[in-house]
Parts: sequence; structure tokens; C-alpha cells
Amino acid sequence: MAESTLHALIGGLVIGLAAALLFALAGRIAGISGILYGALKQAGDRSWRWLFVGGLLAGGALYHYLSGQPAPDLARESYPLAIAGGLLVGIGVRRGSGCTSGHGVCGIARFSKRSIGATLTFMAAGIVTATLVNLLLGAVS
Amino acid sequence: MMRLIALISGLVFGFGLALSGMTDTHKVLGFLSLFHGWDYDLAFVMGGALIVTTLTFQMTLRHGETLLGGNLHLPTACELDPKLLSGSAIFGIGWGLFGYCPGPALTALVYLEPQTYVFTLAMVAGMLVHDKLPGFANKQ
Repeated sequence: MAESTLHALIGGLVIGLAAALLFALAGRIAGISGILYGALKQAGDRSWRWLFVGGLLAGGALYHYLSGQPAPDLARESYPLAIAGGLLVGIGVRRGSGCTSGHGVCGIARFSKRSIGATLTFMAAGIVTATLVNLLLGAVS
Repeated sequence: MMRLIALISGLVFGFGLALSGMTDTHKVLGFLSLFHGWDYDLAFVMGGALIVTTLTFQMTLRHGETLLGGNLHLPTACELDPKLLSGSAIFGIGWGLFGYCPGPALTALVYLEPQTYVFTLAMVAGMLVHDKLPGFANKQ
């Protein structure tokens, strides 16, 4: 198995562990779009949501610090693509009630019909879009 | 306790995202793009995560409460509807345009690339304007 494939598998297991911790100990779904939206808009106690978001950044920094791996550069450096991509992701995850973590990692594990449908849909839309953009703008390496 | 659990879970989640390659848009777009040599590594991220979550979520759901005796907070909707599917399609298009879904976008802020900040601010703006768009508002 290639090293990058092994990293993907172990990284996936670690992501699963994080989601398992939050659900088994706190009863919360580790849906990052929902947690971020709740941190901004939810009434009541938002502090745990901000701590989770802060942990996401700190965890990434910790990985690169411990492994010595350089930060990856961007495949697409275009600001218009960043703005369009961000807006569509933001609108889409609200309308679709979740993203890769909430629907993909947690919802499928609950055998939720909605999450399975959502995951198949955003995977298909992502594949069509990335493939078309690659054909139009040239491949990412 | 909730705060400590959330902080540790976020920390482990961010570590896993960076380790797995999900914060590298070359890897993500190489996975989503079918031509020019498909990079299948990220299938192992979802596969690895689902092995752990399926086991632990099913055990927790059967147990009916958290290991600390607290309530499980679960979504109430259970049927597929056009809003869910069209929203997911919009999200997928944005993901395929730039290569970030929400978690990796947040974790990648530590790489200090200006475009990542622009993407994340646009994503937050998209979340907040969603409720104001005609025909898009969530029924509360």
C-alpha cells in the first residue's frame, strides 16, 4: 500500500474516532457545517461549538508540527473560484442539512436514509464539477 | 465536561483531516476528478472513518444514551426530500470547484493561504444568506 493511501486510511480511522468520541460521550453528531452554523447563530450555549472549531484548527497544526510535513499548497489559486466555491458550499450545506462529516461520516453510520441520499448526491455533484473544471482549466497535479 | 469533549473531538478530527490528505486540495480534486489519473486515496478516508463510526454509533444507539448517561441529540427528519437533495447537489458543486468541504476549509486556515480565508468567509456568508434567499428559508 502506498504511503499516501496508508495516511488516508489511518486519517480516516482518526476522523472516525473523533466523531465516535463526540457521539458516545456527548450525544452530538460531529457535523462540521452544523456545528459552525450553531456557533454563529444558535441560541444558548455556543461555547462547546467554538471549542470544537478551535480544536479543528489546532489539530491540523499539531499534525504538521509532529510529522514535519509541509503545509500543502492550493490546487486552484483563483479568488473567483474560492468565492464561488465557498458561497455554494455554504448555501448547499444549509439547504442540505449537512456536509461530508455530518451526512457522510456520521449519518451513514446511523443508517440514515437522508444521509445516504445526501452523500451520494454531493459526491456525484462534486465528481461532475471537478471533472468539468479539470477539462476546462487543465488538470490539477 | 461538554466543552472538554468538544475540544478533544475537534482536535482529533482536525489531526485526522490533515493526516488523511483531506486538507490538500490536490488530493481532493484528484479524487473527485475522473480523468488525468484518478487518485483513489480519499476513498480510504471515508472507508476508515465509517468502520469506526458504524460500530460505535450503532452501539451507542442501542445503548440509548451516552456513556455518561446523557441524551443523544439526533436529527428528527427521516425522509428524503427535494430540498435535501438539491442542497447537497449545490454543496457538491462548490466542493468540486475549489476542493474544500467545511471541515478541511477550517483546518486549512492554519496554512495561512489567503484564498482559504476568502473561501471560508464566503462559506460562512453562504450559510448566513441561505436563510434570507427566497424559497430557501428553513421552515422552523
